[in-house]
Amino acid sequence: MLRRPISIYNIDRNNIEFVFQVKGKGTRILSSKEEGEEIDILGPLGKGTFKYEGTKNIAIIGGGIGIFPLYELAKSAKETAKINMYLGFRNKEFVVLEEEYKKLADKFILTTDDGTYGSKGYAIDFLKEDLKKNNIDMIFACGPLPMLKAVQKLAKETNTPCQISLEERMGCGLGVCLGCAVKVNAGEQEIYTHVCKAGPVFDSNIVEI
Amino acid sequence: MLNSIGLQNPGIEYFMQNDLPWLKKFDTKIIVNACGSSVEEYVELAKVLNTLDIDGVELNLSCPNVKSGCMAFGTSYEGVKEVTSKVRKVLDKPLIVKLTPNVTDITEPAKGAEDAGADGVSLINTLLGMSIDIEKQRPVLANNMGGLSGPAIKPVAVRMVYQVAKAVNIPVLGLGGIVNGRDVIEFMLAGATAISIGTGNFIEPEISIKAINEVEDYMKRHDIEDINTIIGQVQMN
Repeated sequence: MLRRPISIYNIDRNNIEFVFQVKGKGTRILSSKEEGEEIDILGPLGKGTFKYEGTKNIAIIGGGIGIFPLYELAKSAKETAKINMYLGFRNKEFVVLEEEYKKLADKFILTTDDGTYGSKGYAIDFLKEDLKKNNIDMIFACGPLPMLKAVQKLAKETNTPCQISLEERMGCGLGVCLGCAVKVNAGEQEIYTHVCKAGPVFDSNIVEI
Repeated sequence: MLNSIGLQNPGIEYFMQNDLPWLKKFDTKIIVNACGSSVEEYVELAKVLNTLDIDGVELNLSCPNVKSGCMAFGTSYEGVKEVTSKVRKVLDKPLIVKLTPNVTDITEPAKGAEDAGADGVSLINTLLGMSIDIEKQRPVLANNMGGLSGPAIKPVAVRMVYQVAKAVNIPVLGLGGIVNGRDVIEFMLAGATAISIGTGNFIEPEISIKAINEVEDYMKRHDIEDINTIIGQVQMN
């Protein structure tokens, strides 16, 4: 069976934590592992993660299972920057790790699409309002594609620097199978690169999603 | 693995300037897989490849994910023979033809390659497959259908390698779902002179080294001195 690309949620001394949603056969097998069992990991892969150095007041927006790679970012960036956090979920059932994320945020918004928990609506609408009044110097986003597209558009309109972490199906994670191709603009040239090797985090200005 | 990745690559010039010098740093043979969208393009590619410091060429007549070309040539005796003989005329290097399993009788295109002067055939490429997301009621792949590879296709590959090895006199390079030394032995018993591993590398990047070690263990257990002595030695029931 092919490996599954899973982001790191939390690093705590000698422990690395992963949080994932059971979606198919692979994640089902992983979720049935017992304490003490060994798992075979290949990584970390890619070109690292979000670049938050030098920021003072940042917005972190995540949707669904896309919130997991944002935890370590919030933890690290918190030392120097104010954290405005916007997490969106489909409904109450999908809300996870609320307390953990809340602890790291100076401002915390949690939304559900249907209003069964937190504020009703989309997380991005709250971010949109805050961009008008707050001096947010960088947006960091991870989540479902429609959300990322909306964040990318908002960042462009408001001229706010933005980094997005992309999720793709991957065969190898090493840049060999070429399955996770994504179009980027390099100057006037449009080229394809790969989420596993060049990403998963991209400047939202250069990536086409 | 079911994929519709296709043959994304920046072309032969980029390969010559970037990939080949990088590959040259390693002490290994370099066999270039080439695919064109017309007979003329195959010939053009072969002419360029003939000038390079490489060890051989594998003609891809079998990718299911490319709209024009490739598989269209690979499904018949005549099609394979036509492309292969035109390439053969301009290529002095060892020439392998990679065959598609998406045919009724795999020995036909294999004979086409042999009759056109190919030095070997490799098989199998991926099997055309489709997977449907039952919640969305749409195919999982954006391209709807794609090529199936990995352990799921191994019995089909072993069968076809056996059939082709019986039908032609040129060496057969076996592939399709090999992930360990036992699989290597199985392909060799079926008639493969050499094997290659594709999808298995995605699961375990060091898979080839492990497979070779396992083959050596098998040789010890079975008192085999020369691995070539097992090629095609399966005893049919």
